[in-house]
Amino acid sequence: MSQRKRSKGLGCSQLLDGEDDSIPTQVERRSQEQLNQKVSELVQFLLVKDQKKIPIKRADILKNIIREYRDAYSEIIRRADRTLQEVFGLQLVEIDAKRHIYILINNLPCAEGEQLCRDKEKEKMGLLLVILSFIFMKGNSVKDSALWEFLHLLRVYPGKQHSVFGDVRKLVAEEFVRQKYLETTAIPLTDPPEFKYQWGPRAEKETSKKDVLNFVAKMQGKDPKFWASQYSEANKATT
Amino acid sequence: MAAQMTDAHRRFLQALMSNGITEGSEAKKLHQHCCETDKVYYAHDKLDDFISTINSHLQPLFMQIRKGISEDDGRAHYAVVNLAETEVTKMASDYTESELELFRKTMDLIILSENGFASSTDILNLADQLKTKKMKKKEAEQVLKVFVEDKWLSEKNGEYTLHTRCIIEMEQYILSNYQDVARKCNICHSLAIQSQGCESCGIGMHLPCVRKYFRGQTEPRCPECNEFWSCDTPGVSRMGSQT
Repeated sequence: MSQRKRSKGLGCSQLLDGEDDSIPTQVERRSQEQLNQKVSELVQFLLVKDQKKIPIKRADILKNIIREYRDAYSEIIRRADRTLQEVFGLQLVEIDAKRHIYILINNLPCAEGEQLCRDKEKEKMGLLLVILSFIFMKGNSVKDSALWEFLHLLRVYPGKQHSVFGDVRKLVAEEFVRQKYLETTAIPLTDPPEFKYQWGPRAEKETSKKDVLNFVAKMQGKDPKFWASQYSEANKATT
Repeated sequence: MAAQMTDAHRRFLQALMSNGITEGSEAKKLHQHCCETDKVYYAHDKLDDFISTINSHLQPLFMQIRKGISEDDGRAHYAVVNLAETEVTKMASDYTESELELFRKTMDLIILSENGFASSTDILNLADQLKTKKMKKKEAEQVLKVFVEDKWLSEKNGEYTLHTRCIIEMEQYILSNYQDVARKCNICHSLAIQSQGCESCGIGMHLPCVRKYFRGQTEPRCPECNEFWSCDTPGVSRMGSQT
């Protein structure tokens, strides 16, 4: 005799879409072994997804990994996060509490001259850092046109194929935005519509205003205090 | 009792995972770098113990840092492998269905071949026979290039074989799915994709294993049937004179 019990407290009611009525959902029935299995699967799923820096949706986690263990969802997530931290030095962070989207961030302090990224990635990250710096130094928000004008100075043009970055417009406007490094919003009442760029939630978590300011200072051979307002903002911001 | 994971272990693991495959001497340097960065006690000859510690924590996740030997130069390489994988699932998230099908068919050609290589022509001919979605030759050429860049295949003179990384990661999969066809090296007993074979009894050996086994022998003989070893033994001189 099987019953269908409604899961409590996880807002799962809207997620139980036409589930087979015969699947039991009692938490007590889950053995440690079964839970451990799910935790392992989730850890691997997260590692694979995050490898490409694509944010992970809770819906995907539930559909692909959790499945009929929905009642144990928060337990499985909690254990997966703990495993990620203990074994890999990574942390599962929710960057969108409304839409339930996660990313993995690196818990380990960054080392000098570290080459954690493959070569292709390292150059993209270099470009990204420059863009993030520009946005921060300009008051945390820049117009689309201003960003491209700035990149012109680095010989990076939106219309032209770049020898290293390829289609730069796609990289900046699509890839970096999809990976949540940058956020782009339409500026209201503009015609033709203009956009502005700001730091995305992944950038907020993976780096800091302080690190970025230090980077700019290093590049320009000046003390970070030279930029008084950015310096005070950077030191106010907590991780 | 397994040692604790430290940040040095975690840093090492992260680097190994993002590298895909790490050569032995690079791994040693990485070991040193991680220990120094995270201020953990460093012993230069204890890389294996260091890796064992990580592996003891990876085991419940069905993952492992595995050491494999390159079939080209005999050097050790390390990769993080997924033991629970039943298929080429590691690649599944990086490529489309038709690209994966092309890879599987290429792997078939390579494993079934005499010498462990598949010619570019043969592979491209497969492209328009794919069940998932036919691929034009130009597109297939691009896909092969990506496979080489991502270290699943390696290319030599227009011919393709499996990259050391692929062999380390998929050894179990290959041995179980190609049970009757896949060769094992007679010397080291690991999977052999590129190999030399005995003409008489059919056993195969890795080229680096051949080199080591026949070193200094003027008349190389098959370890199994004792017949004269007819293949060219690289780095081994014949007819008496020492190199």
